[in-house]
Amino acid sequence: MTEAAVSRPATTTGTAIALSAVTKRFPGVLANDAITLDILPGEIHVLLGENGAGKSTLIAMLAGMQQPDAGTIAVHGRDVRIGSPRESLALGIGTVYQHVLLVPTLTVIENLMLGGAWWRRQDRGAALARFHELSATLGVAIEPDIPVGRLALGEQQQVEIMRALWRGERVLILDEPTSMLTPQGVADLGRVMQRLRDQGVAIVFITHKLREAYAFGNRVSVLRLGLLVGQLGPDELARLTEAEVTDAVIRLMFGASEGHTDDADALLGRGRRHHSSALRADAPPRIALHGVATEAAPGECALHAVDLAVRPGEILGVAGVDGNGQKHLAEVLAGQRRAAAGRVMIDGRDATAEGVAARRARGVRYVTDERLGEGTIAAFSVATNLVAKEIGRPPRWRHGITLWDRVHAHARESVRRHDVRTPSERTPIGRLSGGNIQKVLLARELDEDAGIVVYNKPTYGLDLHNNALARARIADGAARGLATVLISTELDELLALADRVAVMLGGRVVGVVDNGADAELAIGRLMTGAA
Amino acid sequence: MDAILSPAFVTALLLGAVTAGTPLLLAGLGEQIAEKAGVLNIGIEGMMLMGAYVGFVAAFTTGSFWMGFAGGAAGGVAVAVLMSILCVRLGMNQIVIGIALTLGAEGLTALLHHFQFSRSYPRLPDVPVLEIPGLAAIPVIGPVLFAHHPLVYLAVGLVVLLGWLFRRTNMGLNLEAAGQKPGALDAAGVGVIATRTWAVLTTGALAGIGGAFMATVGAGLFVPFMTGGAGFIGIVLAMLARGRPLWVMLGALLFGISLALTTAFQVAGFNIPTDVVHMLPFAMVIVVLVLFARHSVLPPALGLPYVRSDR
Repeated sequence: MTEAAVSRPATTTGTAIALSAVTKRFPGVLANDAITLDILPGEIHVLLGENGAGKSTLIAMLAGMQQPDAGTIAVHGRDVRIGSPRESLALGIGTVYQHVLLVPTLTVIENLMLGGAWWRRQDRGAALARFHELSATLGVAIEPDIPVGRLALGEQQQVEIMRALWRGERVLILDEPTSMLTPQGVADLGRVMQRLRDQGVAIVFITHKLREAYAFGNRVSVLRLGLLVGQLGPDELARLTEAEVTDAVIRLMFGASEGHTDDADALLGRGRRHHSSALRADAPPRIALHGVATEAAPGECALHAVDLAVRPGEILGVAGVDGNGQKHLAEVLAGQRRAAAGRVMIDGRDATAEGVAARRARGVRYVTDERLGEGTIAAFSVATNLVAKEIGRPPRWRHGITLWDRVHAHARESVRRHDVRTPSERTPIGRLSGGNIQKVLLARELDEDAGIVVYNKPTYGLDLHNNALARARIADGAARGLATVLISTELDELLALADRVAVMLGGRVVGVVDNGADAELAIGRLMTGAA
Repeated sequence: MDAILSPAFVTALLLGAVTAGTPLLLAGLGEQIAEKAGVLNIGIEGMMLMGAYVGFVAAFTTGSFWMGFAGGAAGGVAVAVLMSILCVRLGMNQIVIGIALTLGAEGLTALLHHFQFSRSYPRLPDVPVLEIPGLAAIPVIGPVLFAHHPLVYLAVGLVVLLGWLFRRTNMGLNLEAAGQKPGALDAAGVGVIATRTWAVLTTGALAGIGGAFMATVGAGLFVPFMTGGAGFIGIVLAMLARGRPLWVMLGALLFGISLALTTAFQVAGFNIPTDVVHMLPFAMVIVVLVLFARHSVLPPALGLPYVRSDR
């Protein structure tokens, strides 16, 4: 069904964008290898592929950030050279990038006005009118005069989508727009995309979530290692069930070999987690919060009277829309943030006043959601990052002198054991992909002395394969008896891994749900404040 | 202590403060534009000095102070062109290039001065002063506020103009974005390199005019190294002003007063070693930095060349 679809239709009239044999090389990498692809108006075209498959390069060329080395791009039937983002915008192509590209110190409305002729006065009136129009279309409620830096990431992404639609674009490119959104937000985005599609907009939608591809896509194209390896058209998508589509896509993404269905299940994290044998209902909690509150800087969400307890071997999921106090919760548990009120108990002892080092000595580990900011030092080598939390201490330091042989030997061992894909243990970690950085972080935090682990959005931005690996490590850790707090905005992930799920809203824990048959519904109600 | 409060002393002090503060104001405003856009312009001292030299030569040969300012702007822009090519376009280190340009301008102007003027030391005629009718006759306040070269009023007007440009125009948004998140500006279809280039050239023009003001209105002659760190004070002003032109003006006045104390003490007949008095402005820099530096907020992209990433 797939190979035939790759050959292009005879005519290109009526296409919004027609790529012909587009090729892009980077030093050592063939990012896009003769890709021929049509984007049609009135279609949601899903691009799927693992990290490094070439999706981002493809859209960078459409957005004018990169130029192809070979091949042609035609927009609305006319061959064009998209030399800059300005030219891309002028062609009616609006792009929402994977990483937030907003000016944090400017307000929402100022960010949306950005790009006007520099000698003009800002036309706030017209901008506000357009803003309210788009707010209605998208069904979002954002205050236009708040600096963007104070918005939660999910809200920032909504602003980005607004900006992409700002000039009434005819082609809308969304690079993983759902990674920060709640289930409700994803559904809303889906509705918006469908409405825009019905108005004749051509939408390119990049995602790692096959469920979204099936739910929203009219056409699915799969890239692997820079090649377009297959496509599912509207007819096939209508005819096949979700499971059949998923299997077909997985087969394309990972190459043809037998036994996909099991792989697919594993990759998608399907199936509930087996309750770990290490979990005993009568065990005393390893870490507990009693009435903990924090103080917030402007734009942050503080905690209010939070009570939580996690037993050894248990995974306590924490659900909630991003920006409802999860960050403070993680930091209070890790000892990075002082509790303004209440107590933090570790193994029955009051640890409220203890900082990071003292808690780490008691077995507390923290896997941050800011992999490259807080978690690792981009310019330092993989090896140094692996020992970043034990600098100065034996056995890899003696009298303050670094024993590089031991550091590097330790790193080689970790790299091998955790399958970190890096040219060498001396490579700066910033050059690795998100999935490999996360492997390093997990290797560092899940050492033999770990007892209590706090994960904040551990699979954010990871592709299917690395996502599955990270989830497996979390489950393995709990099976070993680790008391685990898993903060996530992915409901699927929580349902797959957690024993209980606490739901946060406005800095409070509004409910704790046992993971069972009706958990999804109960969590959803709590998250939206409906319960 | 009566001498300190005498009208003659106060008048001389404040008049001197305005004259000494105007070049600082121009340099500080210029630096503010560059820093907003993400370029740390260490070369501003060189731009001022080049402006002082070219401005003096232009004013001396044409006999017009306005031609002097035009020449000063041209001299400053000439150095700024180098800065924009090397740092903005080619992405070279802004601190290294800035220091090099300052040292280069110091050497070049000193050399040119040596060949042209070292025997004659020509002076310009008295400064034409625009006295606001009526107001200029008020004791103390009159001469201090309402009897200056017109450029002083223009510089104050520039404070208002820039405040408006930063807040109300797309240019203000572009500058802010270029320093805060250049990628966002690029994605919005505005060239980061072009925005920064214009910002640096504007800085050069303003710093050059400031230097020319020092040489023509302030001193009436050109002396090698005459800017004496005024450009660096401008950098301090821009960093402490957190993007607000009015704060640059207040800072310029503060430093102007400390610079003017030299003359004012002479007028008052005070017996303080001149070395101590000459230290004042820089002691003031240190005091101000100790008191306020922690409140300075710099753009995250300051000093970083912009390279469009591969995605």
